[in-house]
Amino acid sequence: MPKLIKGVGCPYCGSSCDDIEVLVSDDETKILEVHNACIIGTNLFHHANDPTRPKLPRRRQPDGTMKEIPYDEAIDYMAKTMLAAKKPLIYGFGSTNCEGMSAVARIAEKSGAVLDNCATICHGPSFLAIFDNGYPSCTLGEAKNRADVVVFWGCNPMHAHPRHTSRYSIFPRGYFTQKGAMQRTVLSIDPRETDTAKLADVHLMLDQGHDYELFDAFRTVLRGHDIPDVVAGIPKETIIKSVEIMKNAKFCMIFFGMGCTHTDGRNHNIDAAISLTRDLNEHTKASIMAMRGHYNIAGPGQVWAWQFGFPYCIDLSKGTHAHMNPGETSSVDLAMRDEVDCFVNVGADAGAHFPIQPVQHLKKHPFITVDPNFNMASEISDLHIPVRIAGVDEPGVVYRMDNVPIQFRAVIKGLPGVPSDEELFNKVYERMCELTKTEPIWLAAKEDRRYPESEAVI
Amino acid sequence: MATVTLKPTKVPELMFEGYSITPDAFAGKTAAQIAELPGHEGKIHMKLGDFFEVSGNAGETAADTDIVIAGDCTRVKYIGARMTAGTVTVNGNADMYVGGWMKGGKIHIKGNMDSFCGIQMEGGELLCDGDAKNHVGCAYRGDWRGMKGGTIRIKGSAGNDIGTFMLGGTIIIEKNAFIHVSTHAEGGTVVIKGDVEGRVGGQMVRGEMYVLGKIKFMMPGYKKVDTVEKEIDGVKATFDHYIGDLGERHPKSKGQVVYANLYLKAAA
Ligand code: SF4
Repeated sequence: MPKLIKGVGCPYCGSSCDDIEVLVSDDETKILEVHNACIIGTNLFHHANDPTRPKLPRRRQPDGTMKEIPYDEAIDYMAKTMLAAKKPLIYGFGSTNCEGMSAVARIAEKSGAVLDNCATICHGPSFLAIFDNGYPSCTLGEAKNRADVVVFWGCNPMHAHPRHTSRYSIFPRGYFTQKGAMQRTVLSIDPRETDTAKLADVHLMLDQGHDYELFDAFRTVLRGHDIPDVVAGIPKETIIKSVEIMKNAKFCMIFFGMGCTHTDGRNHNIDAAISLTRDLNEHTKASIMAMRGHYNIAGPGQVWAWQFGFPYCIDLSKGTHAHMNPGETSSVDLAMRDEVDCFVNVGADAGAHFPIQPVQHLKKHPFITVDPNFNMASEISDLHIPVRIAGVDEPGVVYRMDNVPIQFRAVIKGLPGVPSDEELFNKVYERMCELTKTEPIWLAAKEDRRYPESEAVI
Repeated sequence: MATVTLKPTKVPELMFEGYSITPDAFAGKTAAQIAELPGHEGKIHMKLGDFFEVSGNAGETAADTDIVIAGDCTRVKYIGARMTAGTVTVNGNADMYVGGWMKGGKIHIKGNMDSFCGIQMEGGELLCDGDAKNHVGCAYRGDWRGMKGGTIRIKGSAGNDIGTFMLGGTIIIEKNAFIHVSTHAEGGTVVIKGDVEGRVGGQMVRGEMYVLGKIKFMMPGYKKVDTVEKEIDGVKATFDHYIGDLGERHPKSKGQVVYANLYLKAAA
């Protein structure tokens, strides 16, 4: 009898939907049906059935081919390579659970690495703005129950977060928003006419890269001052009308995406957006939220900020303290400046997402990928170690885009012999301790996580 | 005055963190002792002597120690960082954090500098004959107290984020700048003798800015109030005087609201 598992979390986008239902075969090895998820989420689950999923690490041979090797050999290679490097860089963690992120921190400390996550090419600038200016944010539940004006600034949830609009932002009926979409006014600020923009009541099609000026114009109008006739390609009347809509809202919710964080000015765009939110709170209630990309990309920020005091770009090479300064300690900059001599890519695809020059620089040195699947990074790696898929065959804690932690569950049994990220990193840490003749320190929040005891790892 | 000369002998494979290259660290030491001073290349503990040939003994104090680096330091960070007195001269390029957190003394870079030069600077003089990259005289991430004093003069151009969160001191860019000048500043003076792409004085509360070239995209929160004659860094001209950023909060002083001032050279 196939089993229907309810209340499953979707390990794909930042919406982290936790209302998925999955029908699995009675031996719990196959996913048969996926209900409630969007097409991306559905495919992600079905992907786990793929019979070609790697089951053993693969090591590049002198002739350029990849050869399967046992886990112990891969763990030994990874430990030795990272210890030998002057400054290894560990990057990724868009798609894994917090347990894995916490475990990798031990390896990072032991090998004096730089620890970075996908925020570095995504919402990292938002962190910098939050450091500078605070973060008047709320949860998605609040947005759903209260927001009657929703602003999408430089983001396109219709494609990037398919169920965001139906679960949280535009369509759902909430406590104070009983009429759902009818009651909500939607503003889209985007240089392109995206599908989200088509859905909006007002679309401000600004000149690309001039978000900062437009935020400043909004703020200037809000303080009752005059502005030029056209700012960032938007006529003054439209700006005044939009400010009126936001000001007269009962609760104004601003969602921002990579259109703000990765155009000129970066953190300053978000900084201005945060200032605008603060200003709006003198007239009504307003809140702001980053449209985080992956289902647990808020996780490394939470876990590492707790462990090291910084959410990303953490340089642990001194061994005495953590140093963080994006522009210097951020992955792409480190690679471009040839400042690292070993690269470990975990649960992300640097091969596909980094510009080509940094990848070329990184390829001069050992390149290791830890990922359940084949991807561009795994194919150019010197070593590819497969792990279980968090949220599919490995449970774990994830942080949704509004920094709400959710316990994700495993719906099927993991591939025999394949470890989770946490188990793998703990093994690598133990090997590093053996090699350096030091005692492992297992300070952990959960006592039962001291030693990986799963039979899967043999 | 005693001069210590460092001659680069080897290019670091990664970057060399030369945080010991300051008159303060050198003071009272012989050439041999200076060669033993620490630095880092990644996680490896290195010595200055691994990358430089040191000649000449330092003076008794930082104030009577001059450091001359006879060569290129493109891959050396933290030159003159946190120094309080004395001088450092580099006959070539320098990497990040030149004169960061510096309190006094003088640094002269004859080539170009990378980013984060003069961050959180409190006093002294930083002169660069070439270009600087981003974050000149900026605040460290998350700190709302940026550059407090001293002078930075870049004879070439600079990138973005000049004087972010600045509280005092002077930054002079003799050529062009990209974006974000004096963002969030609450004091200090920035002079740009060339053109700026835009975002001059965004979220700025107090302080002065002079632009002798053109601003391609003006911030909408700036309002022209009058035209004035002024002399700045040896240039006398007529300036359009703007106040702003009107979108930002502003304190009151003696019953008057204080704004930041932007002086943009008037079209001839
Ligand atoms: S919206 Fe995102 S989290 Fe929700 S089902 Fe689709 S991919 Fe998964």
